[in-house]
Amino acid sequence: MSTAIEIRQVSKRFRLYQEKYNSLKERLLHGGRVPHHDFWALRDIDVDVFEGETVGILGRNGCGKSTLLKCVAGILKPTSGEIRLRGSLAAMLELGAGFQPELSGRDNIYLNASLLGMPTREIDRRFDEIVAFAELEEFIDNEVRFYSSGMYVRLGFAVAVNADPHILLVDEVLAVGDERFQQKCMQRIHEFQRDGRTIVVVSHAADLMRQLCNRVMVINAGQLVTVAPPGEAIRAFREVLIDAGDALGPLGAGDALAEEAPRGNGAAPAEVVEPSPLPAPSPGRRVQLTASRLETATGREHVLPGEPATVVVEVEASERIEGVAFGCSVWGRNGSLIFDFDSGTPVTLERGRSTLRFHFAAVPLLDGSYAVNVRVQDPGGGAVHARLEPAAQLLVENPGTSTGIVSMPLTVELAHEHQPGDVPA
Amino acid sequence: MARARADLPAGPASEPHQFPSAPGAGAPSRTPFGADQPQRVVAAHVGTVARAREIWEARELLVFLVRKELKVRYKNSFLGFLWSFLNPAMVLLIYFVMFRYILKNGISDFAVYLMCGLLPWNLFNTALLSSSGTLVAHAGIVKKVAFPREILALTQVGVATCYFFFQSCILVLFLVGFQVMPDWRYLPVMLLALVCDVVFTAALALALSALNVYLRDIEHLIQVVLVALFFAEPIVYTWSNLGSRLGKHGLVWLYLLNPLTTIVISFQRFIFAHVPGALERSCPAHVTCGVLATYPEGFYFELLGIVLAVSLVLFYLASVLFRRVEGNFAEEL
Repeated sequence: MSTAIEIRQVSKRFRLYQEKYNSLKERLLHGGRVPHHDFWALRDIDVDVFEGETVGILGRNGCGKSTLLKCVAGILKPTSGEIRLRGSLAAMLELGAGFQPELSGRDNIYLNASLLGMPTREIDRRFDEIVAFAELEEFIDNEVRFYSSGMYVRLGFAVAVNADPHILLVDEVLAVGDERFQQKCMQRIHEFQRDGRTIVVVSHAADLMRQLCNRVMVINAGQLVTVAPPGEAIRAFREVLIDAGDALGPLGAGDALAEEAPRGNGAAPAEVVEPSPLPAPSPGRRVQLTASRLETATGREHVLPGEPATVVVEVEASERIEGVAFGCSVWGRNGSLIFDFDSGTPVTLERGRSTLRFHFAAVPLLDGSYAVNVRVQDPGGGAVHARLEPAAQLLVENPGTSTGIVSMPLTVELAHEHQPGDVPA
Repeated sequence: MARARADLPAGPASEPHQFPSAPGAGAPSRTPFGADQPQRVVAAHVGTVARAREIWEARELLVFLVRKELKVRYKNSFLGFLWSFLNPAMVLLIYFVMFRYILKNGISDFAVYLMCGLLPWNLFNTALLSSSGTLVAHAGIVKKVAFPREILALTQVGVATCYFFFQSCILVLFLVGFQVMPDWRYLPVMLLALVCDVVFTAALALALSALNVYLRDIEHLIQVVLVALFFAEPIVYTWSNLGSRLGKHGLVWLYLLNPLTTIVISFQRFIFAHVPGALERSCPAHVTCGVLATYPEGFYFELLGIVLAVSLVLFYLASVLFRRVEGNFAEEL
């Protein structure tokens, strides 16, 4: 398969100025030098995008994903390295960029389409299609400044997708217009895929990535973390978020990823939701949960939906305690409780070290990272002797296309009922 | 270095990766789309030829942008397009009254003479004034759309050239009104001068528009410089006023160092030559005497040839400069 985009050792340096000296006087005052420090927005990015492939770019805010897209689009020039493109390219970085408010919709279509590199003949040919797609037949000769913002972006999208590019770059612009128009946009994107066009899409929406992309690049701090099928990439991205401390609150599947998530949420679940108020720790702390780890059947750090997992906790008791029970809870994004468990039956905890295993026969969750909290308590939800929060981060990688929270094993069967009038095929 | 390719196993091989079932996605048997297309390169440095081809391919965009500028500039103003005539007409009127009646320069058919010089000057002047700020004014599309940015500067030159032709209509009216017949032998000289004017203007427009992104003074500086530069060519005075004086010291070349001088005198030679006395060398009684430079036809071509060559070199240098600095346009704006 040949490549549509070859990104070779691309680096991009931005100069950050404390203060921008744009006037001659200031330049002279500072001897022509402007104090700045270098910021590498991209560092040695090296990726191939194949023809007909849809590739997503995931990353935290400011990680350089839009910079990369702009470099591919040719809006920014890489500081070093190069990008080879095969075929025409249209970039949807901002819909309706370059619309002239004083001109009619008709003039703007011509202007915008030719900005995207469409020849006039082609615009003439597709003009009606563009107008129909934007659903602006009535208003096409009105000045664009009288358009509503919805009409504006619809027209922008219509022009961009009708530009007939070999390569389409999309930056967070798929959520435009009302729901029906969004569906139309998605349909058009799928048509593009069927045509065998190459698409590169930047989005925060993990589900969109999962549904749309063949592969997803994860970029962190200007460097390529991985290029992988969506499930794996999304999990890698979550790890990046956890490392960065952004994703303390486990992320539920189906939600937009990370960047919008309020920070510092993750520490909250226990305080907020724990039903019984914390009893004052007994003097000398008779029980301590000293260490914990996650064990998976495959030895990987993450599980796939439906796979077993075990949370292993080291317990240290300063004396023998009779009649204790164990609790375990699983928390989703924003501190939502997914599951809570109480062993109920009182057991005796011997003095010294013990190992406690919470064995999940299956983790029926779709992707996300979930916090597992464990506690030692009196049976029936009484006083808590010790707790460990979180005892483990349960990372679930969803390799499939299904979205949502829970993994429900499902198969589809189709049976045709023969009618008397049917002609056998 | 982070190098990753799809054909490398992207994780433990045991993982049951399934490709998304989105329509059309991931089917390797699909016919490649655009495989036959040539490769383009985005890199820190772009070759002259590659960029020239890009600009050529964007020529329709240039036409649309020029049309847009013409449409938008006087949109929603009562007099609309008339302003593009009224503005230079006013300038013309002021200079006419000023130099004809108050300063009494004694050039007959002075309105026609003025127009000869003002036409190429206005092209230069308006193009530079509007192009120096054009990249900043169009920051929105520079930051969001990929196209050869030179087009924006060239658009302003195109617009100025359009105005040149509109204003030429006024000159034609003058010629009819004052019954002045151009010297048709010099039509090629004038046309070559027009080409020189456009190329020279485009070269400066490219350079100034690019520099103004980094040094916003350019926009203001150019206004001041243009006011001074207006008097460096024989537009409101005659060639002999300055040329003959400099000639005594053998310094005419200094005068002709300004390409606009050559361009202006070429226009005047074509249009004004048949006005009585315009070309006479010595005729103390006649006030119009020696208005024009009395170079032979061939000399004009030689001068213009040099101007064109210099302008083309400048244009090349300006485009090199433009490409050197354009990589950071999107972030500087």
